[in-house]
Amino acid sequence: MKIKEIAKVLNAQVVCGLEYVDNEITRGFASDLMSDVLTLDTDKMVLITGLANVQTIRTVEMSDVNCIVFVRNKQVTPQMLELARLESLVLIQCEYSMFKAVGILYAAGLLPVY
Amino acid sequence: MEFIYEVEGGNFIKAGNASSAVKKTLKQLNVDPKIVKRTVVALYEAEVNIVAHAYRGSITVNINARSIRIILDDDGPGIPDIELAMRQGYSTASPKVREMGFGAGMGLPNIKKNVDELNMSSIVNKGTKVEMITYL
Repeated sequence: MKIKEIAKVLNAQVVCGLEYVDNEITRGFASDLMSDVLTLDTDKMVLITGLANVQTIRTVEMSDVNCIVFVRNKQVTPQMLELARLESLVLIQCEYSMFKAVGILYAAGLLPVY
Repeated sequence: MEFIYEVEGGNFIKAGNASSAVKKTLKQLNVDPKIVKRTVVALYEAEVNIVAHAYRGSITVNINARSIRIILDDDGPGIPDIELAMRQGYSTASPKVREMGFGAGMGLPNIKKNVDELNMSSIVNKGTKVEMITYL
């Protein structure tokens, strides 16, 4: 599904990278532990996380992941935005819990990594 | 060619800056993206380890036609039992480190998985030296 469809089904706001929302995403991974994210080798993946800090951005940068959904209404900080812009990332802020967000995305056809 | 980066212990805002710079350099050198990813994931985990556990450290990156050799050298508490530290799930990380999304005892196993050669030595109350080699 396209990134803009992810934002739509989650009733969520794209706060960075609006120009990339037509990019396709096929798989999702939900974690607040960045070391788990760093074990993956998956293309076209969205990270769903409640961890909103600079290391979340650095982690996806190293993992070649281009889209993050922040759940539980976690707010993106100006420092995160600055880094995300440099790395051409899409950041989405979502008010739903992680359970609800991943349930909706799974039902909408997003595949798990494993 | 050789690049040297300084790392500040405890500064989580800057953690990852060196890894990010190395990633950009490797991409510019047209290194295979799969090798770039493996290298920078290992380096990032190791850089976070310095920030999480040491007072300060340096990262020296040597790149030639055959390999990427990275040495991370820190002034810090050292690791009393490297074998134990290598075990998945073992961690001595502080709550602050866990808040940053790390400290679950996965860093060293993750580094080992992503490099071709890993050599570690440590002196308690002095520091730790990590050498990671990836063949091109």
